[in-house]
Amino acid sequence: MRKCLLQNQNKLFDQISSFASLYIPVETTGGNASFKKYEQGMVMSDVLKTDRSPKDLFFPQTENLMEFKTSGKNIEVIDNRKESEDFVVFGVRGCDVKSFEVLDRVFLVEPVDTYYATRREHGIIVSMACGRPAETCFCQTFGIDASAPEGDIVCYKTEDALYLDAKTEKGKNLLSKLADVTEESDGKEALKQKEQIKTVLAKLPLANLKADSFGKDKTKEFFDAPEWQILSKSCLGCGTCTFVCPTCQCYDIKDFKTKDGVQRFRCWDSCMYSEFTKMSAGQPRLTQLERFRQRFMHKLVYYPTNNDGLFSCVGCGRCISKCPISMNIVKVMKALGGIDNE
Amino acid sequence: MNNINEALIPAVCEIVAIRQDTPDVKTFRVLTPDGKKPFIHKPGQCAMLSMPGVGEALFSITSSPTNKEYIEFSIKKCGCVTEWLHAAEVGQQITVRGPYGNGFPVETEFKGKDMLFIAGGIGLAPVRSVINYVRDNRANYGKVDIVYGSRSKDDLVFFEEIINEWKNDPTVNVHLTIDREQEGWDGHVGFVPSYVKELGFDSNKTAVLCGPPIMIKFTLQGLAELGFSNEQVFTTLELRMKCGIGKCGRCNVGSKYVCKDGPVFRMDQLEELPDEY
Amino acid sequence: MQKINREVLINKANELLSNGTINRVFGWEKGDFSYDVTPTIYFTADQMNKKFIFDDFCGANFSKYLVAETKKDQNKVGVFLKPCDTYSFNQLLTEHRFDKEKVYAIGVPCDGMVDEKKIKAFFGEGISSITSEGDEIIVDTLYDGVKKVKKADVLQERCQNCKSKKHVYYDELIGEDGEVLDSNRFDEVEKLEKMTADERFAFWQNELSKCIRCNACRDVCPACTCEKCVFNNPNSGVENKSPANEFEEKMFHIIRAFHVAGRCTDCGECSRVCPQGIPLHLLNRKFIKDINSFYGNYQAGEQEGSRAPLTNYTKEDLEPSEAVNKGDN
Repeated sequence: MRKCLLQNQNKLFDQISSFASLYIPVETTGGNASFKKYEQGMVMSDVLKTDRSPKDLFFPQTENLMEFKTSGKNIEVIDNRKESEDFVVFGVRGCDVKSFEVLDRVFLVEPVDTYYATRREHGIIVSMACGRPAETCFCQTFGIDASAPEGDIVCYKTEDALYLDAKTEKGKNLLSKLADVTEESDGKEALKQKEQIKTVLAKLPLANLKADSFGKDKTKEFFDAPEWQILSKSCLGCGTCTFVCPTCQCYDIKDFKTKDGVQRFRCWDSCMYSEFTKMSAGQPRLTQLERFRQRFMHKLVYYPTNNDGLFSCVGCGRCISKCPISMNIVKVMKALGGIDNE
Repeated sequence: MNNINEALIPAVCEIVAIRQDTPDVKTFRVLTPDGKKPFIHKPGQCAMLSMPGVGEALFSITSSPTNKEYIEFSIKKCGCVTEWLHAAEVGQQITVRGPYGNGFPVETEFKGKDMLFIAGGIGLAPVRSVINYVRDNRANYGKVDIVYGSRSKDDLVFFEEIINEWKNDPTVNVHLTIDREQEGWDGHVGFVPSYVKELGFDSNKTAVLCGPPIMIKFTLQGLAELGFSNEQVFTTLELRMKCGIGKCGRCNVGSKYVCKDGPVFRMDQLEELPDEY
Repeated sequence: MQKINREVLINKANELLSNGTINRVFGWEKGDFSYDVTPTIYFTADQMNKKFIFDDFCGANFSKYLVAETKKDQNKVGVFLKPCDTYSFNQLLTEHRFDKEKVYAIGVPCDGMVDEKKIKAFFGEGISSITSEGDEIIVDTLYDGVKKVKKADVLQERCQNCKSKKHVYYDELIGEDGEVLDSNRFDEVEKLEKMTADERFAFWQNELSKCIRCNACRDVCPACTCEKCVFNNPNSGVENKSPANEFEEKMFHIIRAFHVAGRCTDCGECSRVCPQGIPLHLLNRKFIKDINSFYGNYQAGEQEGSRAPLTNYTKEDLEPSEAVNKGDN
């Protein structure tokens, strides 16, 4: 394990950014943060959760896929992707790291989504143990340990230092390039922090939330549950939950006419939107109840059915704090699981 | 054709022939710019066609894989992309990616079976691919019956082919029907579901069903009355799709993605899915 | 004065439900934490006893829900309305979006709603509970014990700049009505006006680049009740879920601000729900300020049936050229 004194933190960042693009969480407005490309002097935020998850860096909100030039009856397809370079995402929380596994199982199965695959290949993830998990956190429900996140390098931040532990070849390689700004450490402090986090995790208000009643092949149990009616009652049909969610990955592909051609781009889409499934021939999900149900059934039942029981929720809690009507997957799980919210 | 690793990037192809089948259905013959067949597909599979700036949409491939020369799409005018295609001329390039989906189990479950094809309107487009595949591999299948209906005689897609080829094929029984009486039509008049019941098929056949939802609903009831079980009936679904490769999430029904796990489903498999298609 | 609390409102709803005045009522529902209140609809007092809440986090404005709800059947729907909610309610009546005969509006007092984001900005994440005592908010945290903060410091922006404690519509009022207030709500707009054009552009560029096009602002907005929004129409040519370029990033918000100009009551729901913390209300408030200065003070929703200056021609109206000059200031 390597140690970097907090006073040297920016030297560490400068070092990394000298050979790779570096993204760190930066405070935007009071208590809010988002991942930004590091520039000298930027301060890493301690805010627990960025407004948007780091999925943006692998699956951006909008992304140009290709361009077309047309002349007369002819079409030319131009794949104008540039050579990819390595990049480092520093300070990814355990829940968000896990979300990459959820996304991988969609984008990296045949036929591979090469746009995403390239970024995964070139992205190095430095995760950050959660010193102070929030009341909205429920990663434990999905077997995620915020005190020992996955990632290429795991980082523990104590009062005076960062402790960096490489977990993969990519991580070891990165750490070896940071020898100047780090020193060898026995990691006792990190271990101490890890234990502290474990104690805190056990005390969180959602610590005992269980997902056991959901999962593989449970479509019939839940699809026609009367609770959907009440739960979806005041859903606005906006896409907030979807877009702040680290595991939501639905997208749309659209064409945009530019000055000298056509740009085909993809952008995030949401099953909460009324047009999501609309066809000229009809609309299979007519009401918000059906669209609301689709999102949660997908996370709790459909996805696990296709992915060995893995849930498509990592318990980051963003939907809890962001939903305009404060409806969220925890309330859905409690209601469907028969836990009265008393 | 296109590298499987670049699933979203299409290949450029060319419309080499256009046939007006009905007032609102045209069949487009498509080849690569150097005159080759764009890809090898299975009956029932689909492909994404697009015109940059207009949009991309998924269409079933209506030609049989046994056709070594070209692929064909029969397309009904009903939206942005289809309207543009209907206005296109021969020689127009379009982009194509695919083929996508599972296709009909012609080499497994269908083999050796008596086949009953039932289609309504443009629903014959994907079924035509199987019918011609079966005709071209005739020894592998039992008796073949085709029930096809449309609003009127003019709305019968592939009319020439049905009359000149299928009807003249002694190994195939073709039963045509139209919704209402029409001058110059001496065939059956009535809706497909009741015609199927009238014809009263043996329930040992494997049925392939494709058409408007209402037709499917009532035909299924009819087939059940004739003694068909869900395991003997196949259909193909149509949902809104964008990627065609099981990722964009649009055609997700239950744990299935229609573009990847479908579009062909056996009725008992469909019964397992939530009723959202 | 009678203390207006949860029980008083439940009793009132119970009375109206039992005497058949209404058959359901919009109310707030408590969540897992102190602040995650969900707008919902209750059919029985029993349901309300279990879930109903009326506290510092009942910000949600029910007015827009009435558009769809009143179309469902012939029964009357009850609704609790805070003073600022009644402006939206009136504006919707003005626009004939629902039939007021199908609604029974219960005016409830409001002394400002608390913004949990501000509490979190003060004390960090890890809030076990939030309670209020007089003008103080008591926050029990997971890490730093019990903390206190002045309620005034953690009020939502719209409540810090409350424009009115007066109910402009109700069938029945609980408690005493308040007054229209002198608020400082245009101060922030003035700050923006004092910026140079480049500074202002940079300000909005920065704010709007955070937008994730979740459409929450539009979907919650009581002035956005088009049955089919242009931004949902694939045939419009401007349908966009996400911006294709920097221009489109701003286009959605600019078009929306124009579309609600003169109809926006400044209820502030757009900024309250924005998951990215964009101060969207400032766009609308700029329009309100301009309308006030061009055509004389006008408060949308204050009076049912009032004609907004932008849809009401008078000979005294400002010439477009003057408006342009004035707008430059």
